[in-house]
Amino acid sequence: MKTLTANRLTDGRVIYRTVEGQWSTELAEAQRLTAEEAVELLPVAEAEFGIAVGPYIIDLDKEGPAGQKWRRETIRLAGPTTGTTHVLGAA
Amino acid sequence: MYRYDEHDTTLVRERIEEFRDQIERRMDGRLSEAEFKPLRLMNGVYLQLHAYMLRVAIPYGSLRAEQMRVLAHLARTYDRGYGHFTTRQNIQYNWPALTDIPAMLEALADVEMHAIQTSGNCIRNVTADPFAGAARDELEDSRPWAEIIRQWSSLHPEFTFLPRKFKIAVNGAGEDRAGIRVHDIGLQIVENARGQLGFEVWVGGGQGRTPRLARKLKDFLEPQDLLSYLTAALRVYNAHGRRDNLYKARIKILVDALGIEGFAAEVEEEWSYIRDGDLKLPAGEIARIRSFFSRPELTGPAPLPEAGPAAFRAWVDTNIRPHRVAGLSSAVISLKPIGGTPGDATAEQMDLIAELTERYGFDEVRVTPDQNLVLPHVRNEDLFPVWSALREASLATANAGLASDIVACPGLDYCNLANARSIPVAQAISQTLDAEGLAQAAGEVTIKISGCINACGHHHVAHIGVLGVDKRGEEFYQITLGGAFGEDAAIGEIVGKGLAADDVPPAIARILRAYLDFRDEDERFIDTLRRLGSDAFKEAIYADLAA
Repeated sequence: MKTLTANRLTDGRVIYRTVEGQWSTELAEAQRLTAEEAVELLPVAEAEFGIAVGPYIIDLDKEGPAGQKWRRETIRLAGPTTGTTHVLGAA
Repeated sequence: MYRYDEHDTTLVRERIEEFRDQIERRMDGRLSEAEFKPLRLMNGVYLQLHAYMLRVAIPYGSLRAEQMRVLAHLARTYDRGYGHFTTRQNIQYNWPALTDIPAMLEALADVEMHAIQTSGNCIRNVTADPFAGAARDELEDSRPWAEIIRQWSSLHPEFTFLPRKFKIAVNGAGEDRAGIRVHDIGLQIVENARGQLGFEVWVGGGQGRTPRLARKLKDFLEPQDLLSYLTAALRVYNAHGRRDNLYKARIKILVDALGIEGFAAEVEEEWSYIRDGDLKLPAGEIARIRSFFSRPELTGPAPLPEAGPAAFRAWVDTNIRPHRVAGLSSAVISLKPIGGTPGDATAEQMDLIAELTERYGFDEVRVTPDQNLVLPHVRNEDLFPVWSALREASLATANAGLASDIVACPGLDYCNLANARSIPVAQAISQTLDAEGLAQAAGEVTIKISGCINACGHHHVAHIGVLGVDKRGEEFYQITLGGAFGEDAAIGEIVGKGLAADDVPPAIARILRAYLDFRDEDERFIDTLRRLGSDAFKEAIYADLAA
C-alpha cells in the first residue's frame, strides 16, 4: 500500500494526500493507493501549486509507515524521538 | 567585539527585503520550489524532515548578551522554545514557519546578525578558537583576522557560486581549537624566525564521505597578504574544482588531483598577479579591526577558588580554562546534561546566559565547535555565583572535555540527509557512562556521532567516532577509533562491523574500561590508543556480542 507525502509550503509541516485531492497532517486521512495509482498521481501532485512541497511516494501498512524507509517516515509522522525536555539537576 | 558600520547595516537590511519579496513570490506562485530553493538556501533556510530550519551565523562563534537574548526570543516566539548550537559555532532553529522568517531576520538585524551564507556553495561562516583573546597559550587573537575574512567574503560576487561550500578556520593559539586541518582552508597564526607573526596556510581538509586532513600550502604568509592569497587560492578552486560530481566538488578532491605541490604552484602563479594590488591590507585597516576586540585587564586579581561545595570544585576542575590575564578564567558552559540533547539550549537558558554574560562576562559569550558555550572572561571571585546560577538552570554539568561531552549532529530526528539517529544514541551513551562513573574516570576523551556519511557530527576526528548507517531499514553504527581534531589531527579507523543502537553504549563503556586497564599511570585515552593500536580495543567492543 502506498500514499503521497510532502511538506507544507507555509511551515514545512508533514502532510499526506487525501482522497479528495487535498492535503492533511493526519496520516489516517491519507489516500491508500496501489503502486500504479501512486505513480500516476505523483506527477499530478507535483504539478499543483500552493500547498505541498516535494511530494513523493511512501509505503504503508495497516500500522503506518512501512518498507525500508519506515523509521524515517515514522519520525516524520510522530516527531523527533529525542523529546525536547531538558534533564534537570544534572550538575 | 566588532560593531556593524553603515555598509554592514545596509547590506543586511537590503538582503532581508530582497528575501521577504522572494518568500512572497514563492507563496503566491510566482516562484516554483526549484527556483526558490537556491534563494532560501542563500539565506540559511533549509527544508528538513518536519519543518523549515533556519541556520543563523554566529561569526567566529562570538556573541554579546543582547544577541543571545535575541536568540532566546527567536526560540520562544518562532520555534518550540529552544535552539541548537552547531559544530560550526552557529545556531539552528528547527521549527520556524517560512512566513515568519523575515520577522526573525529583522530581529537578528536589530542586533547585527543574519543568516547569510550559512548554506550554499559559498564561503561559510568563518570559525575560530572559542577561547580567542583569552587563552593563555595564544600567540595572537584570531578574531580580528576572522572578521577581516568575514567582511571580504560576505556576498563576494566572485565566490558566490563555488563548486561546493567552503569553510575557513583561524587559530591563534598553540593548541588548535578551531580544527584548521579539517577545513577547506585553515589559518594557523605562527611566528617566523624574525619574530614576525603571520599565517601558516593549510588547504584541503574536510570530513564527509572522503575525509582528508589539510595539507600545508604555505609556511608563512605575511598578514597584509592574507586576502590576496585567499583570493588566489579560491580562484584556483573556482576555476578547476569539479562541478560535474557533487561528491568530488570540494577543494580536497582538487588538491588530491593536483597534488599539494601542483595546487600550490597554481596558487602562487595567480597570486603573483594580484598580491600587490587592491587586496593588500593596509596597516591602518588591520589596526582598526583589531581595535574592536579589546581584552579585559584586571587590577588586584584573585586566585582560582579552592573552597566551596564538591560539585562546584568538580566544575572548576573540569570546566574552567586558564586565562592569559591573572585573576580571570574562561568558563565552559556545558550544553551536554546527562541524557540531554547535545548543543540544545532553551530560551530560558539562553536568557540566563545573556544575563551572566552581561553581569560577569565582560559582555562576551562564545559558541564552541564542541557545541558548548564559553564565558571567555570571568573574574575568579565570580566563578561561584556564575556556577550557582548555571546550576539552577541545569547548565553546570562538570563534563567539558570528558566522554559525556558528546558531539552529535541532529541526525534522523531532524535532518533530511541522515540515515540514522544521532541524538538518542548520544543520550544513551552519556547516561551509561554517567551511571558507571566512567566519564570522570577516563578523563579526556572525545566521542562524536554523525547520522550519515556527511559527518556533520565530526565522527572522523573523534577519539571514539560513531557513524550511523542504514541497512535495509535498520540503524547500525560503525565505531571508529583514533581520530583527533586539533594540532594532532587524525582520521579515525573503522573497527569491525556495525553495531545495533542498543549495543553502542555498552560497547563504548567497555572501550573505556579497557583503557583504564591498559593505561600507564596518567596516560590519556588517545595516547594509550596510539601506543597499543585500535586492535587492542576491538575485543572490548565486540566482547559481549559474540555470545
